[in-house]
Amino acid sequence: MSAQAPSSFVASAAAGRGALRLATRNSGVVIGGLIVLAMIAIAILAPFLGTVDPTEINPALRNKLPGAERTIRLDDGTTRSSTFIMGSDSLGRDVYSRVLYGARISLVIGASVALLSVAGGLAIGMIAGYFRWADAVVMRIMDGLMAIPAILLAIALVSLSRAGLLAVIVAITIPEIPRVVRLVRSIVLSVREEPYVEAAVTAGTSVPLLLWRHVLPNTIAPLIVQGTFICASAILVEAILSFLGIGIPTSTPTWGNIMAEGRQFFRIFPHNIFFPGVFLALTVLAINMLGDGLRDALDPKMAKRV
Amino acid sequence: MADPVLALDDLTVSLPAHGDRARAVENLSFTVGPGEIVCVVGESGSGKSVTAQAVMGLLPKGQLSLTGGSIRLLGDELATKSAAELRALRGSRMAMVFQEPMTALNPVIRIGDQIGEALEIHTSLSGADKRARVLDIMRAVQLPDVEALIDAYPHQLSGGQRQRVMIASAIILDPALLIADEPTTALDVTTQAQILRLIRELQVRRNTGVLFITHDFGVVADIAHRVVVMEKGRVVEIGAKEEVLRRPREAYTRMLIDAVPGLAPPARAAMDQSAVALETRSLSKIYSVGGGFLSLGKGRVVNAAKDVSLTVRRGETLGVVGESGSGKSTVARCVMRLIEPTGGDILVHGENIAHMSSSQLRAHRKRAQIVFQDPYRSLNPRRTIGEAIIEGPVNFGASREQATTRARELMALVGLSPDSLDRYPHQFSGGQRQRICIARALAMEPDILVADEAVSALDVSVQAQVLELLDDVRKRFDLAVLFITHDLRVAAQVCDRIVVMLKGEIVEQGPTAALFRAPQHDYTKKLFAAAPGRDYAFGGRT
Repeated sequence: MSAQAPSSFVASAAAGRGALRLATRNSGVVIGGLIVLAMIAIAILAPFLGTVDPTEINPALRNKLPGAERTIRLDDGTTRSSTFIMGSDSLGRDVYSRVLYGARISLVIGASVALLSVAGGLAIGMIAGYFRWADAVVMRIMDGLMAIPAILLAIALVSLSRAGLLAVIVAITIPEIPRVVRLVRSIVLSVREEPYVEAAVTAGTSVPLLLWRHVLPNTIAPLIVQGTFICASAILVEAILSFLGIGIPTSTPTWGNIMAEGRQFFRIFPHNIFFPGVFLALTVLAINMLGDGLRDALDPKMAKRV
Repeated sequence: MADPVLALDDLTVSLPAHGDRARAVENLSFTVGPGEIVCVVGESGSGKSVTAQAVMGLLPKGQLSLTGGSIRLLGDELATKSAAELRALRGSRMAMVFQEPMTALNPVIRIGDQIGEALEIHTSLSGADKRARVLDIMRAVQLPDVEALIDAYPHQLSGGQRQRVMIASAIILDPALLIADEPTTALDVTTQAQILRLIRELQVRRNTGVLFITHDFGVVADIAHRVVVMEKGRVVEIGAKEEVLRRPREAYTRMLIDAVPGLAPPARAAMDQSAVALETRSLSKIYSVGGGFLSLGKGRVVNAAKDVSLTVRRGETLGVVGESGSGKSTVARCVMRLIEPTGGDILVHGENIAHMSSSQLRAHRKRAQIVFQDPYRSLNPRRTIGEAIIEGPVNFGASREQATTRARELMALVGLSPDSLDRYPHQFSGGQRQRICIARALAMEPDILVADEAVSALDVSVQAQVLELLDDVRKRFDLAVLFITHDLRVAAQVCDRIVVMLKGEIVEQGPTAALFRAPQHDYTKKLFAAAPGRDYAFGGRT
């Protein structure tokens, strides 16, 4: 046993310092990361990428195919011609502009759901894992939450309140929290048995400090990985909700409601669904690749098994 | 002498390029004859397990590679054989028994099927014949009630029974060579004695050559015909057991043998006069297994400790000796108040801490400190050892500067460089980490030090040094030491008095010398009789 312990130990200790270096050597992290960065850049720079107002309705230019020319009248009366890169929808709105602006909603929802559910799950999971008295009660509540289908819960929550960004974020976050709680709790349960944690107890370290100093760091790497997966799934769920017409109101473009819009004329004008669909698929794929890569980079044992 | 079963000639195994040395095993040559037990003994990192893996053709791929020499099994060269040819030999001509009987058995396959696996692969016996063979071999390894056990699962067996199953599955095809890699290290001493006796009997009856890997000179003394002493991949000394153990030629062998604690306790001054630092009265700890929120009915109840009464005076070391499951660690954890006892009192300087709340316990945290068994898990890998040592004092209001100054003094005291405080635990060896843990405990200026198997994971030479350090700090700080151990040799050397525990209860206690001279309780006698290597005088050190 003594021959085994040091090597695995050194590996785990070295993993902390070498994680960044390892991560950049992982192709999943690099490719996924680059695509995600590109999406973030698109979302932030949307107004400067040749877009027009994504909500502007123009009945004269309905259902144009990608590449169709149009003329825009500017405020000073002059005109300028431009192209519908991705065509226009049934209300004559520019799909290209809508898709680019739609990236904002998707990424904001993905990131905030990931952050909120990780933060909430971390807090609840630490309490459930460390305090025996809380464990049974908290975990039964979590089990109950997990038994509710995520989308149905989201539909219920959104229909109770006014549909909007915040409502959607809350609706998607709540069903994600139990998964994070389970992960954190299992880590805390194993770490709290570690002699170095018990040594800290006998050193008189207060419970909050003990959790912060000795327990929390062990949860960081798995939570980063879990966070990316939550982010990807949140983007998908938002698209589904918006597609069903119960997410973000159509006045704000999101990939989901652009696709919903295009559904009626899908056979004649597939571009309305195709372009947001590609963006959605690419983003979710990239985030999942990033998560997979990070898991391998942060956990050398997993990488070796592949 | 008959042709050897196994002949290693100039065997060399290379380590990957970035290792701390180039070769795991270097120019290793020895033979194992039929009916002979050859013990390969050495400390961790000496290359003894690698030798076993090389013979079995089980070197981890891509990490270790055979780069020279020959391995001949019954005259047949193994080094050049293909994986498929080696597979045909494994199980039939040579077989291996591993250290950890729990992990070496598949938990979801019945015992009989695991023993019979070799028959399945290497023979074409019918189902009924196979079952008969398996039952025979189970009787041969003295498993009880074989008809029932054959259909049992590994978790239903005790550790000793599991190791018997491992041996049975290794010898079922009557291999010429049996390799045993630390087969008794994970077992209790009484079980170890039985397994050693079994291996000896089987090997005589079947004329098997045994390559026995161990770090324990007591085991060597009990079982070996010849001994190979290894250090850092090289052979230090090869010879007959009597020669090596009684008249070692090499200084390294001498050092190892001297580091093995002797079974004869040295004379110690009685401590009857000093003040009682720690006392437990009828301490008990009951665990209920199963049972909990939403579970129907009561779970099973386990008495981890029952009616345990002991006292430790200042400057005194009280040994708590027992096998696994005897409750000795439960007592230690109750005393540290890492767990709350179910009943009884724990008096520290007369104050009962048994049922204090965590805020009331703060004062106690300063008075009692613990050193754990596993040096690799006792220190937070993410924090420097300086942070680890000052954590306690800073919790109790010391400034970081004061605490660091004190930590530097303590590092020097435990024999480490004060300048290494900003290094991380993985940069230290197991023995050094145990020293750091002792320094961390001393930083709190405790009166009571609990050592829970604190030297059990260490090599003998390192163990001797850490024991010396513990003894030194006990005298220097007039500590009351509660020393938990399963190792009678260690207990004999460091303890003033000994408490023997069995199934949660104290069965005997008394001064070390008296207890070793005339044990009263049957269990104590059994424990002493099982201690390996009783006939050899180890421990020239003290």
